[in-house]
Amino acid sequence: MDKRLSHKEQKPSNPLGSVVANNGVVTINATDMHYRDLNLLLKSHSNTTKRIDIFNVYGQRYIGTGLKNNVEIHIYGTPGNDFAAFMDGPTIYVHGNAQDGVGNTMNSGKVVVYGRAGDIVGYAMRGGKIFIRDDAGYRVGIHMKEYGDQKPILVVGGTAQDFLGEYMAGGILVVLGLTLNNGESHKAKFVGTGMHGGIIYVRGRVAHIGKEVKIMELEKNDIALLKPIIEEFCGYFNFDANKILTGEFKKLIPFSTRPYGRLYAQ
Amino acid sequence: MKSYIEPEFIIERDNERCTRCKVCVNQCTYDVHYYDPEDDIVRSRDENCVNCHRCVVFCPTRAITIKRNPTQYTENWNWTREAIMAVKKQAETGGIILTGMGCDKPYYTYWDRILLNASQVTNPSIDPLREPMELRTYLGAKPDKLELDMENGDVVLKTKLAPQLCAETPILFTALSYGAISFNVHLALARAATEFGTFMNTGEGGLDKRLYKYGDHIIVQVASGRFGVSPDYLDVGAALEIKIGQGAKPGIGGHLPGEKVTEDISRTRMIPTGTDALSPAPQHDVYSIEDLRQLIYALKEATDYTKPVSVKIAAVHNSAAIASGMVRAGADIIVLDGVRGATGAAPRVIRDNVGIPIELALASVDQRLRDEGIRNKASIIISGGIRSSADVVKAIALGADAVYIGTAALVAIGCTVCQKCHTGKCPWGIATSDPWISKRVDPDIAARRLVNLLRAWSLEIKEMMGGMGINAIESLRGNREQLRGVGLTDTELKILGIKMAGE
Repeated sequence: MDKRLSHKEQKPSNPLGSVVANNGVVTINATDMHYRDLNLLLKSHSNTTKRIDIFNVYGQRYIGTGLKNNVEIHIYGTPGNDFAAFMDGPTIYVHGNAQDGVGNTMNSGKVVVYGRAGDIVGYAMRGGKIFIRDDAGYRVGIHMKEYGDQKPILVVGGTAQDFLGEYMAGGILVVLGLTLNNGESHKAKFVGTGMHGGIIYVRGRVAHIGKEVKIMELEKNDIALLKPIIEEFCGYFNFDANKILTGEFKKLIPFSTRPYGRLYAQ
Repeated sequence: MKSYIEPEFIIERDNERCTRCKVCVNQCTYDVHYYDPEDDIVRSRDENCVNCHRCVVFCPTRAITIKRNPTQYTENWNWTREAIMAVKKQAETGGIILTGMGCDKPYYTYWDRILLNASQVTNPSIDPLREPMELRTYLGAKPDKLELDMENGDVVLKTKLAPQLCAETPILFTALSYGAISFNVHLALARAATEFGTFMNTGEGGLDKRLYKYGDHIIVQVASGRFGVSPDYLDVGAALEIKIGQGAKPGIGGHLPGEKVTEDISRTRMIPTGTDALSPAPQHDVYSIEDLRQLIYALKEATDYTKPVSVKIAAVHNSAAIASGMVRAGADIIVLDGVRGATGAAPRVIRDNVGIPIELALASVDQRLRDEGIRNKASIIISGGIRSSADVVKAIALGADAVYIGTAALVAIGCTVCQKCHTGKCPWGIATSDPWISKRVDPDIAARRLVNLLRAWSLEIKEMMGGMGINAIESLRGNREQLRGVGLTDTELKILGIKMAGE
């Protein structure tokens, strides 16, 4: 390790400068730590330990990016942009808010954010799960895909902004509206614009949808699909799943898997 | 609705030569030729012909000739046949006119107005047949300076070098996505690149697992659709390329229509069969140079800084400023694709009207990076209209490190540039995902033809360099003194940074 790893200590006290291993849990103090060093630590320890706790995360980018092992990571603080990008396997809990690009092109694994997230959450994610407790920003779930057994699930507990589920090609995107006031509708415009696959479930009223999308009532099989997802979400954040499920849900699906089939002269 | 569109081509069959063997009937994928058993004769539906020459080449008795339809509209420089046909087609369909390959207009080719120098009397030329001639090209960021150390009496390099691609010739195969072209073509490109020691580029459609073993000679592309971009895919490539744009369709995305998303294509792109593969126009995590830096470093993080990261843009009006930003964002290689760059499918109006000629873009980008003192921080690869080894030499003398070839590579394996790639019915088995037509490309033969092309061009490049008295491609790079212009305006000469012939 180069000398960037020697940094001033903060809570929790950390005699080795950055890393303490105790009962199979590796603890990293990320104060003043460059993302490069942090990711090197994650890559080297994720092979040999089951759990890594990172404290004092102040916006370091790319945490867990390209990480492959089935390790459990707890982040205390705010991970920076492109957190869990290209990730393939780990489960990461964020005890704080997340920024832009959470789970960008993620292949598998899980992200649980005990707070809010920024823009393009789950951009082009192909597998795995992302749970955001509160609100998220613009273009959430843009170009989500699915392939074979891989069917990504993205749940936003609060509301999200414009272009939610844009170009969506697969997977399940759930927006629960738990941060909305009674009777308030989701403000997102162009929901599902360009959508050609997958399902968006929204609890509460949607103000504006893309022209490629139709709004449907939930059927029995929708409830069967949705229930375990909401139960998992509630398991992380201590919400009452049954109470959430009594809310008014709508299903948004594309009219066609070929939205632009008739655009060209043959 | 009665179509007013007349056949573009007329098939002439010499019935004395024709043996009714029906090879043409079987070879044509556009349903042009058919056998009429009543009269024992082969006839043609001229209106379907795309002039691909498959029947001409495969007719064993050379009985077929294809001619441009001699029936012309009244001569008019303004309302050309092409303009009239386009209006009629759109009036009948209400759709955007698609085309394949690169811009076919005559007015953008500057290579043909640039001439090379040779040594006479005052400096000796070199004979490449007997003297060493270096074409090996390293692509990637170069350090600002080299620091050396002494160790046990030996000089050792102290500076840590950025990851490099090492190509044995400054010619790489450009991004051609699986889906736009057939698997056998991808395989042939990978084999040829491996055999010759250069690189092929996956394009944005992912990489079939069967090609992973050629990974050391494959550049893997990350485009806005992120098709097939998985951790394994990033790991297997020799370099990563972020595709922002391409010369044939700057500023717009792409649609691989659902009918081309077969089982194999679905596996590689990692999307369900039969759905449109939509590539959005922008990468939605890149709206600025700062965002580009973020994506570049996300990819570097994901691959532990072991591979160069390239960024490809279409050559547009302010390419020089954008290129400066790209280099500062951390791109190790920048790729410029000019207005003549080809494609599997693009709206014709975009292909022929958007972007700028690669020669001008290259000259201005190279000059800008030199002026700013950052030319060493990234290699430049150019593409879009390289037709011969002379174009390669001129490109390198103008400032490129290497070139990508696409159309030339496809022509080597049979393509006749009929510009109908978007139909997916390529009778040469190249631009198709149809498993039956794809078999027409034998990967062994195609790889041999590609290696032959690389060999021939490399020999010619050595000859031209030798003539100039240059024995290493490094000494040619940006050596604009070796170039002279003919028939160019002062402004063109100024932008190209070259003198007029005779000066």
